[in-house]
Amino acid sequence: MKKKSIIHIIILSVLMTVMLSSSVYSADKKGDKILMMATTTSTDDTGLLDYLAPEFKKDTGIELRWTGVGTGKAIQMGVNCDVDVLLVHDPDAEKKLITDGNGLNRKELMYNDFVIIGPKTDPARIKKMTVVKAMKTIAAKKAYFASRGDKSGTHALELKLWKTAGLGTPDKETWYLQTGQGMLATIKVATEKEGYTITDRGTYIKYSATNRGNPPLVILVEKDNNLFNQYAAIEVNPAKCSNVKNNLAKEFIKWMASAKGQKLIKNFKLEGKQLFTPNAKK
Amino acid sequence: MEFLAEGFFSAFTLLFQGHAETYDAIFTTLEVSSFAILISLIIGLPLGFALSYYNFPGKRHIRAVVDTLLALPTVIVGLLVYAFITKKGPLGDLNLLFQTSGIIVGQIILVIPVVISLTASGIESLDERLKSTLITLGASPRRILLSTLYESRFAVMTAAATAYGRAISEVGVSMMVGGNIKWHTRTITTAITLETGKGEFAMGIALGIVLLLISFAVNWALIFFRKRA
Repeated sequence: MKKKSIIHIIILSVLMTVMLSSSVYSADKKGDKILMMATTTSTDDTGLLDYLAPEFKKDTGIELRWTGVGTGKAIQMGVNCDVDVLLVHDPDAEKKLITDGNGLNRKELMYNDFVIIGPKTDPARIKKMTVVKAMKTIAAKKAYFASRGDKSGTHALELKLWKTAGLGTPDKETWYLQTGQGMLATIKVATEKEGYTITDRGTYIKYSATNRGNPPLVILVEKDNNLFNQYAAIEVNPAKCSNVKNNLAKEFIKWMASAKGQKLIKNFKLEGKQLFTPNAKK
Repeated sequence: MEFLAEGFFSAFTLLFQGHAETYDAIFTTLEVSSFAILISLIIGLPLGFALSYYNFPGKRHIRAVVDTLLALPTVIVGLLVYAFITKKGPLGDLNLLFQTSGIIVGQIILVIPVVISLTASGIESLDERLKSTLITLGASPRRILLSTLYESRFAVMTAAATAYGRAISEVGVSMMVGGNIKWHTRTITTAITLETGKGEFAMGIALGIVLLLISFAVNWALIFFRKRA
């Protein structure tokens, strides 16, 4: 009998601790206006959100919380109703999210562009080529190429470029390195292997800044229509996810597209360079 | 290479200049891991004790399962917990995702096998003669139980310290379930992952040293207790 009562006490105390702690933690959920966002690594790594969130709070009283993951995972979190709003950059995946009924009111907010970077010595000689030609040359010369390989927006664009270049997607080729990691980690791999990679310009500027303005990899191909990188915000559909705070998500997107939000985006600089160009339509 | 030295020195700068973000991550880490350890000890110690002290059918098989769970990858625990607490999961209404309470649940799952296994091993390694001596001295079963518990206190401490080490150094659960949200669920390990991803290697090293210092403090406290006991 005694043993049984000890077990009862243990179970009871565990339950109480769990309940107590979870009630303490969820207490902040009721009154405060908290908006939960899933976003890509580029907006997080560059510090853009650290810069915007306090301004957003000042204007609207809404606290923005975000988790920085690849676009693929961010969209999955939207499908699973874990977040209220998404800030991502993979137009095809975004459109699929909306046709599947999981996302609403996609709003284009800003862009930057992708660049192909590689060693200063440029072993495959791709400097100033068009993107299509550069991709073909890299593949033909079997120069090392680091791929995100993580279903991020950047990865999606890279896969599209192989297709546009009329090549199959590389996979087991020895020169093709799929890191499965974030952008900066992938750039590091390209650096170590003296290879090429595709990155958004914002992350490249950040990389350049951490290398004190003298990075081992330099921009070789840029300003090509195929390298446009559009960021958009999407509301998670409240009809599918009754728990989401859709009014807060709407307010966030409105603020980002407002004259003030757009101006802040434009003024966000690293090493004196602008990272994102606002382009929300009125 | 130079980021190692740079990181080493900036660890102390962070600590002594009271860098707010670092201290927030330290407190989150301590809060989450201490809660997780406390609950794991409450559940795990009696189970570990029972697993070695009593004889019952299937005992060896249970032990094998528990020892296997020691190899549970943290990311898998993170995924498992996520599957249950995502809004579309069975426990979605508890609001555990992106909360420290969610990380606590994950770390409990991660750490309980450590507590059970090490407690059981500790009690098994006690001198066989302890029990027989007590019986010859005419001690009651209750007395035997309490003496065994008392004699195994160091094993329990080691179990607690090892479990604590596993909890504060894990990153899979904290990242997947906590989401690395600044000022809320950012722990030292998720901050290290973020800084490393950003290419701020020195900052990563600095935070790693901070983590080691905390771990050192915990172990030092245990040694101190042991000496006094």
